[in-house]
Amino acid sequence: MTAVPLASAQAVPRHLAGGRHAARSERGPAPKRIVVGYGFWIFLLSDIVMFSAFFASYAVLVGETAGGPTGTQLFDLRSAGIETACLLASSFTCGLASIAAGARDRSWFSIAMAVTCLFGLAFLALELKEFISLIARGAGPSRSAFLSAFFTLVGCHGLHVSAGILWLLTMMAQVFAKGFRADIERRILCFALFWHALDIIWVALFTVVYLMVAGR
Amino acid sequence: MFGKLTWAAIPFDQPIAMVASSVVALAILAVLAWITIKGYFPYLWREWITSVDHKRIGVMYTLLALVMLLRGFADAIMMRSQQALAYQSGGFLPPEHYDQVFSAHGTIMIFFVAMPFMIGLMNFVVPLQLGVRDVAFPTLNSVGFWLTATGALLVNISLMVGEFARTGWLPYPPLSEIAYSPGVGVDYYLWALEIAGVGTLVSGINLVTTVLKLRAPGMSYLRMPMFCWTTLATNLLIVAAFPILTATLAMLLLDRYLGFHFFTNDAGGNVMMFMNLIWAWGHPEVYILVLPAFGIFSEVVSTFSAKPLFGYRSMVAATMAICILSFMVWLHHFFTMGAGANVNAIFGIATTIIAIPTGVKIFNWLFTMYGGRIRYSPPMLWSISFMVTFIVGGMTGVLLAVPPADFVLHNSLFLVAHFHNVIIGGVLFGAFAGYTYWFPKAFGFKLHEGLGKASFWCWTIGFYLAFMPLYVLGLLGMTRRMQHYDVPEWHPWLIVAAAGAAVIMIGIALQIVQLFVSIRERAALADTTGDPWNGRSLEWATASPPPAFNFAVLPKVSGNDAWWSVKQHADEALEDKPDYHAIEMPKNSPTGFVCAFFATIMGFAMVWHIWWLVAVGAVGAFATFVVFAWRDEDEYVVPAEEVERIDRAHIETRCAGSTAKEQTA
Repeated sequence: MTAVPLASAQAVPRHLAGGRHAARSERGPAPKRIVVGYGFWIFLLSDIVMFSAFFASYAVLVGETAGGPTGTQLFDLRSAGIETACLLASSFTCGLASIAAGARDRSWFSIAMAVTCLFGLAFLALELKEFISLIARGAGPSRSAFLSAFFTLVGCHGLHVSAGILWLLTMMAQVFAKGFRADIERRILCFALFWHALDIIWVALFTVVYLMVAGR
Repeated sequence: MFGKLTWAAIPFDQPIAMVASSVVALAILAVLAWITIKGYFPYLWREWITSVDHKRIGVMYTLLALVMLLRGFADAIMMRSQQALAYQSGGFLPPEHYDQVFSAHGTIMIFFVAMPFMIGLMNFVVPLQLGVRDVAFPTLNSVGFWLTATGALLVNISLMVGEFARTGWLPYPPLSEIAYSPGVGVDYYLWALEIAGVGTLVSGINLVTTVLKLRAPGMSYLRMPMFCWTTLATNLLIVAAFPILTATLAMLLLDRYLGFHFFTNDAGGNVMMFMNLIWAWGHPEVYILVLPAFGIFSEVVSTFSAKPLFGYRSMVAATMAICILSFMVWLHHFFTMGAGANVNAIFGIATTIIAIPTGVKIFNWLFTMYGGRIRYSPPMLWSISFMVTFIVGGMTGVLLAVPPADFVLHNSLFLVAHFHNVIIGGVLFGAFAGYTYWFPKAFGFKLHEGLGKASFWCWTIGFYLAFMPLYVLGLLGMTRRMQHYDVPEWHPWLIVAAAGAAVIMIGIALQIVQLFVSIRERAALADTTGDPWNGRSLEWATASPPPAFNFAVLPKVSGNDAWWSVKQHADEALEDKPDYHAIEMPKNSPTGFVCAFFATIMGFAMVWHIWWLVAVGAVGAFATFVVFAWRDEDEYVVPAEEVERIDRAHIETRCAGSTAKEQTA
């Protein structure tokens, strides 16, 4: 054993490590709230990677209309603008809900979440209306590769919003039944992150899909 | 009512598939009957199926991998014997069956052997090495495992009900589109991988968060064992790459189910977009598999040379460099696409650059061994065989990275030889090294050494016999996936390759025997010290098997090789009297299992277009999560006295064990 060089030769003395003055990376396991929030951020990053694959496929296929209608002919910028406004407003009310949760105010939390939910539903209704009218005009997803990519990219975001609304309702029910318990607060934190991330994705989507077409 | 599912889905007319699936079904029924008769079911449910303990989940991942290895190898031996026989004849496998066999072989070996093996070892070892009590998300961890098992189950159901894909391990369109593959095979493939992919992603998020946020006090990043670093790199790759797989397969599903035109020949679909997307996931996937193996070799080489790892920091840098570079080389999988000389040159050069950090690693391992007191136990033997074999595989990889050479060798058996060379020689040998190395930690006894060595030699010799001929065959112009052929020059090489596969089969048989013999002789092979190999990292600081909470008191880390330095300062350490506290541990939960149950139903119903059953599965999975979110107590407390009792018992057996060791020495 003596032939082995000691790894601990240059090490910090025992009593210094892990103490209050230790470097951030040496302080031991992080508290649960940090761990959960951090993990959820990583999930969101992976979700954004998934969207980037759909964005990439849209960019590749945007010109492949197979003789069918193009985006300029199809898209209704006004409707997409209202959708954007709904989603941005819902992000604001979602922020209010987070503040209410921080203040442990159940009624304001419920009101803010309910308004968030209504904005989300309005967004979904407008999107659904757009999809239905496109399909009715013979511009469904099987018409051309461009429309396949369009419906998938926008629809994937819409599915996320739908899942978000399910989650929102579950959180409202949980707070109603159990109040602001530590684990429920962590879930509210994650939900808020999720909802804001959907906004960020929509901003990119609105730009790439709708605005860039209008500019042509 | 049952969508596309009819009695015609059962392959009564194909004797080989029928016999194989009946044997598997009978084996499963026999195991279930045995469990029921012996009354083991409550124990299994309580201690394993609903367990959220990272060690148990790690063991179950590894077990899944070992069972699937048998299935994947059965496919391999069928392919090797088919090609040995099919010179100027049809062999014994008709083309439509042969195509399913090679597709299933690749899919199973990558997704349900290599992946769960590595994720299982990471799950088991990493929290122990980091000196913490659990992973970041214990219940999600269980969900991840059971979703992976769902994927494996769906692939195996396809043996009995319907068919599997005939499109290779990656379903290239347009062949995989509904027009050319109207059956359910591709759908089985897609749903199995979508579901298992979610499981893998969950496990990736869990392990990244664990490494970055949960480490023992004092364990800064540059004090982590090498395996933790490679785990971090691997799981970062999972988080960044698996969503691309999910998205790509979803596009193919939309093409097949709803008439979209992502990858079709008509209406503007772009086939080459599939190749780009799938390999943007697929190349990082290669490193997802091999980086943990590099970590295992680092641990093993350093332990069995009784030296700290040479060039630890350069090893960390090399690992992270590979992590980034792995995203910049995907196009080398289709140089023949015709992207032009400049594009091909860039990707060819990027590919050869990966050889540099990999070379750094090889030299680091060699210098770790240099001047060390090397013990040639099975984990070390696997590591040495890896170094030799992997260098050969790496060299042929660099050769394939040269676009002009690739134009000649593309899709030939040379390529098949290359990737088996790196995956068996790198990933599988690493998995076996890790399996033998950490087995005593998991179960409290070592694996039988003699049988381990015998199996090692069979695998190594069998590997060279089976795959070196494939290099020759590739150079002789034989393309991959041939069901029969008429070239006389190829025949002898294919017979040698089949013989090699037979030698590997003996190696696998010896591994099974080794497991049974070791369990029978577990008293003689017992490890009472918790540190059977004179290890260096913290997993050896606790008992074998470790208590549910891993460490009675979180270890304080003050340098690399934390456990080694504790042993060096054993006299000082004895002075500290541990201060025991009550420990909160996560409660077991059936969430993972129930969720996977509904996912299985949903996947199966999707394959057969049974829409009402899809809805049942989806609602069930959502309800499971709501029920989980509704529970009031998610932790149980181990009282301080109990912690103290368990820890004292361990310290006593450890002292007794090491005294006994000194006396025999």
